[in-house]
Amino acid sequence: MGVFKRASQGPLDYHRRLWLRLYVGLTFLAIYAPIITLIIFSFNDSRRNIVWRGFTTKYYWKAWNNDSLFEAFVNSLTIASVSTIVSTILGTMVALLLWRFRFPLKSAYEGLMALPIVVPEICMGVAMLAFFSRVTGFPTGWIWPFNLSAITAAHIAFSFPFVAIVVRSRLAGFNRELEEASKDLGASEWQTFWKVIFPFMKPGVIAGALLAFTLSLDDFVVTFFTSGPDTLTFPVKVYSMVRFSVTPEVNAASTVLVAITIIVTIIAMRFQSPEKMARG
Amino acid sequence: MFWFLAAPGTFWLVVFFLAPLAIVWALSFGEQTSLVDTEITGTLENYVRAVGTPVYLQIIWKSLWISTIATFLCLVVAYPVAFLISFVRGRWKMLLLVAVILPFWINLLIRTYALLAVFRTRGFVNFGLEWIYNAVWLDTLFGRFQPLALLYNNFSVTAGLVYVFMPFMVLPLYASIERLDKSYLEASLDLGASQTRTFFRITVPLTMPGIISGIILVFIPMLGAFLIPDLLGGTNAQMIGNVIERQFKAANDYPFGAALSFLLMYATFGALALRAFMAGRKSGMEI
Repeated sequence: MGVFKRASQGPLDYHRRLWLRLYVGLTFLAIYAPIITLIIFSFNDSRRNIVWRGFTTKYYWKAWNNDSLFEAFVNSLTIASVSTIVSTILGTMVALLLWRFRFPLKSAYEGLMALPIVVPEICMGVAMLAFFSRVTGFPTGWIWPFNLSAITAAHIAFSFPFVAIVVRSRLAGFNRELEEASKDLGASEWQTFWKVIFPFMKPGVIAGALLAFTLSLDDFVVTFFTSGPDTLTFPVKVYSMVRFSVTPEVNAASTVLVAITIIVTIIAMRFQSPEKMARG
Repeated sequence: MFWFLAAPGTFWLVVFFLAPLAIVWALSFGEQTSLVDTEITGTLENYVRAVGTPVYLQIIWKSLWISTIATFLCLVVAYPVAFLISFVRGRWKMLLLVAVILPFWINLLIRTYALLAVFRTRGFVNFGLEWIYNAVWLDTLFGRFQPLALLYNNFSVTAGLVYVFMPFMVLPLYASIERLDKSYLEASLDLGASQTRTFFRITVPLTMPGIISGIILVFIPMLGAFLIPDLLGGTNAQMIGNVIERQFKAANDYPFGAALSFLLMYATFGALALRAFMAGRKSGMEI
């Protein structure tokens, strides 16, 4: 019996159980196989998209030269950039507010701030649609990039609470004595903020900003309801392409989007837990 | 200082989030007076129509059912994954956690689209089945392989929901299994309980908070799903999300769509209140 390694397995060594490992392995396979095949088949030299016919990058060129797809891509990047800047500023301010001050109804205020995170996307989407189309009438017919301002405003609305959460959890680890020391040594409130508090919370701010960027770039539902005929974004454009057919061009476009988000996310994770990433 | 920090965020939240929601809420008590005009008359007719018309009631029930089944499947799939991760040590733990989190960052649309290519009539599942079918010479016995209709039915929508939301279930489960004091398991096994009995009598009850928060975390977005039933379900397997979308786009019946979306909101708030209540009761017990 001693020949078998299994004999030395303790009753709590669940991670050594073969069946559990197989089960989890199959689950991960099921999660990743569709996405990996999507990426692989974006390089497939066949329109049929099912049998491998050789390597090509022509669908990437096709996607690149597809004017409306390219325009949608530029729109998405523009929206994501503006939304990131504004929601990082707003989110950081809210985080500082909640970290610094006690005020009446604070927990209710926090609940309201968390609302954009928990409300179903479709409810938020239709609310934006009703708001922008019926109430303000803005911003149809404006010149680029101002015609994107409705979508951008909506993206900021659901992004900045996430930034606030990330920054606030970073601030929770701040040693208040540093702030007191700085003031004791004669620094003003403003100097203390920029020389002591801000450097400490910077990783959180950057992680929050990158989170806001990916949230904006990835959003489909809210944009779908907020966008007009002349304000196409990348996910909405891909959606309309997907509805017609499954083509390698869509695969290529999707692969680019996946690549961008994953790169941004990896950078964000490094900022959020640099020591963990260094070890990992 | 207080107002300087409070004003911008609050302003944005009120103008671009609470006001739009308030408008939808008001619209849900309104009537369509002409093609473009809606009057807020305080009527409850939209809600009555939503829960009183068999077609819509059926869709609401179906959404609840599909979400319930998909949530249960998520739990069954996710629990062993979370369990394994919390027992693994070192480098692998980190890698497995990243592997769970990574799909969050891949666009929902792209993940749904990837499934489309898997389930199509000429997709990978049917392709694989056909290959097996031909490999064991069933084609000479029963004739050509008939591809399965995997897409545009309740099955594909449920599978899509499980596929997309499963990672959301793993994290709360992992957090609670990680906190579980493993000596309880040892004690149970020492006292003669089998592994199965230990799992169902000790592990599951002690990780209940994680299970409940996982269920709520997954169930709410499933109930409001729009993209997955739209792409994978087609016209045969619609959920509330699709009906809401139609009211606000093609049908142009804002008041009715508003009522439906607020029913969804109430369901969400109910689920969140339930979670807060559960959490409150738990901490009350601990004291």
